[in-house]
Amino acid sequence: MSTIIQEIEKEQVKADLPEFGPGDNVRVHVRVIESGKERIQVFEGLVIAKRHDSARETFIVRKISHAGVGVERTFFLNSPRIAKIDVVRRGKVRRAKLFYLRDKIGKATRIKEKK
Amino acid sequence: MVKSILGRKIGMTQVFADDGTVVPVTVIEAGPVVVTQVRSLNKEGYNAVQVGFGQIAAKKLTKPVAGQFSKAGVTPMRYLREFKVDDIADITIGQEFHADLFAPGDKVSVTGTSKGKGFAGAVKRWHFHGADMTHGSMIHRKPQSGGATDAARTFKGVKRPGRMGGDTVTTRGLKVVRVDADKNLILIKGAVPGANGGVIEICKMD
Repeated sequence: MSTIIQEIEKEQVKADLPEFGPGDNVRVHVRVIESGKERIQVFEGLVIAKRHDSARETFIVRKISHAGVGVERTFFLNSPRIAKIDVVRRGKVRRAKLFYLRDKIGKATRIKEKK
Repeated sequence: MVKSILGRKIGMTQVFADDGTVVPVTVIEAGPVVVTQVRSLNKEGYNAVQVGFGQIAAKKLTKPVAGQFSKAGVTPMRYLREFKVDDIADITIGQEFHADLFAPGDKVSVTGTSKGKGFAGAVKRWHFHGADMTHGSMIHRKPQSGGATDAARTFKGVKRPGRMGGDTVTTRGLKVVRVDADKNLILIKGAVPGANGGVIEICKMD
């Protein structure tokens, strides 16, 4: 890739992000603009995947909503819409993509905490 | 006033807009271009400027082209193009134009040379539907009929396989997202014609 493009992407990378990865539970504070007003909405769940690509880096958060419905959201890590990311719990996992959790419910989705 | 600039396509990436939406952009290293000749209504019959862009070693030039540069008193440049302008009064030879001709939000048309595809079949070149690959078809990706039989000839311009790409293509109505005059960069929303590294012409639309 051209160095010019690398520079443009580097400018957009946020510096103050916490370190987190697949298996961690996070609280993502999302800026929501409704009828001209801005407020913060929190999406809490388990990080099941990260795609690394400088400014284009994304991560997928999965949570179990009401009635056991799985909800997944993909976020741009460096998006200005993300106000803050809190790491709630660090999980011990043995793979980078936890897509197998989509087929599991209840006890089978437990992840051990990293000590 | 000059409304166009020459540039080199660097490639594509994405940037975040202020509201957080992701905008796909093409990065163009635009300018600086230097005026090498001014064509006037009195002398040549139309108003235009000839501009040069890009570096080239002086020994690579032919003598006639080198003479053009030495007459204008500018350093040799790789590409020479002509832009039509309405008013040439405030343009002088040797004047430079930079990326700051453009501002974010401007609508532009971008002209480049499309990627060469070589000798391409009718399906790829003209979007023919093609026929079955199986069931005894035997037609597959062939172009089929060349026209009616009562004409006893094939009309000119019938779509056939042949050389594809390498044409001059203009994409109109693209939007400028960001301009960096210090680094000579223009970021345009969407794709522009041609391969990375290709020379392109950006023109402001009214």
